[in-house]
Amino acid sequence: MGKASVIPFGPQHPVLPEPLHLDLVVEDEVVIEAVPQIGFVHRGLEKLVETRDYNQFIYVAERICGICAMGHSLGYAETVERLMGVEVPKRAEYLRCIWHELSRVHSHLLWLGLAADAFGFESLFMHCWRLRERVLDIFEKTTGGRVILSVVKVGGVVRDIDRSMFDEIITTLDGVAEEYKAILKTLLNDTSIKNRTVGVGYISHDEAVNLSMVGPFARASAVPYDVRSFGLGAYGDLSDFQPITDTAGDCYARMKVRCYELLQSIDLIKEFIAKIPDGDIDVTVKGNPADGAEACNVLEQPRGECYYYARGNGTKNLARMRMRTPTSQNLAGMVHALKGCDLADVNMIILTVDPCISCTER
Amino acid sequence: MAFASKSPWVIHYDGSSCNGCDIEVLATLCPGFDGERFGVINTGNPKHADIFLVTGSVNEQNIDVVREIYDQMIEPKVVIACGICACSGGVFHDCYNVMGGVDKAIPVDIYAPGCAIRPETLIDAIVQAVGILDEKSAAMREAKKGA
Repeated sequence: MGKASVIPFGPQHPVLPEPLHLDLVVEDEVVIEAVPQIGFVHRGLEKLVETRDYNQFIYVAERICGICAMGHSLGYAETVERLMGVEVPKRAEYLRCIWHELSRVHSHLLWLGLAADAFGFESLFMHCWRLRERVLDIFEKTTGGRVILSVVKVGGVVRDIDRSMFDEIITTLDGVAEEYKAILKTLLNDTSIKNRTVGVGYISHDEAVNLSMVGPFARASAVPYDVRSFGLGAYGDLSDFQPITDTAGDCYARMKVRCYELLQSIDLIKEFIAKIPDGDIDVTVKGNPADGAEACNVLEQPRGECYYYARGNGTKNLARMRMRTPTSQNLAGMVHALKGCDLADVNMIILTVDPCISCTER
Repeated sequence: MAFASKSPWVIHYDGSSCNGCDIEVLATLCPGFDGERFGVINTGNPKHADIFLVTGSVNEQNIDVVREIYDQMIEPKVVIACGICACSGGVFHDCYNVMGGVDKAIPVDIYAPGCAIRPETLIDAIVQAVGILDEKSAAMREAKKGA
């Protein structure tokens, strides 16, 4: 065995769109320990609830993370609604879920592209991002924004989608699904991809449970945990929802889970559109959260379960707003998966966790 | 026209952005907007880059990283502050861990606002940056002649 040495990884690194620093302790090209260091993106968002009222904070909440922007605004709005006992119209719940599932489609396509880029498959990266543009076009047509949608408010949503737009969404998604299935053949069957992913960064079922992993990272290790199956909001009206899982627990399994979740999301959107009821899209919210009132909420973000907690103090500002994001749950699993891997596999393992650092640090 | 402005290579660093601008920077270079057809290529190496795209504001932790990347870039170089956070701190300007725009750390040539920055804005900023790159390299040639 050679002498152990430390290789710094990040914060500026070609595979990482976000700053994450890892000290990789390596011995003969094998990583024996990975020490993560975060704090590059910390802004101190949770403290902003003291200066922004509960209606304004929703715009801060969706800027926690640009990839899961829709999810965070939805999670925050649901928490405050629960805190104040507001009943949201059914149509608003459906519209929220449609946008949320659309953002899962865009997030997974984004991730598949970045993963392809990580193992040097540049053209696949471009194909994934080309398809993603079409989902962003739907966002732009229905909300006006590509990334930050600003469409959810406390008490409902600010925009409705009409029938002709729904038809257009379905046509676009059918087109995306068809082209995506062609890419899927390469993603799942290509030898060069399999060589880089199969058996790499293995996490067993027990480890996944012990390390409290969430999202596709856990589901790839046969943990069938998906908040959507709790039936919150419009998800309760789905005829059947089964989380997509895999038993292999390696990078390939994580990729496979995300690949199929994307198709599942497209099916969910179609089901929501078929079932959406008519009616109002918002209710007027009056008053302030009561002093000492508490509420919590969970939501399945593209990266896994996200937990929200809010406490009122009788004024228009909340006393406390707290989020526990999927990536902070998964960091322990990531460090565990990195132990004993080859140095060349580090990017692949980090990428398959799909870390979202700006969610984690806020 | 100098060599660099025919195919400006960009390097991207996420200061403390929310990812919104980062994915728009990447989307600008991908099909759809396809910045690459103008020779704009994303590189991970500061020494290869002509244009520095910074997203997000600076804080105590990352200010040194931003400076380090800037210092490693070779003259002539242009800095674009992408998105309103990089310009001024934006919606997070009064957060306790936000020092302000990127101009607190390094000289910024172009401010490209937006939350998140739209790819059209970024393409516009890169076109401006190419002009500045030309000016800077012309000035460097003049300075060499004078020496």
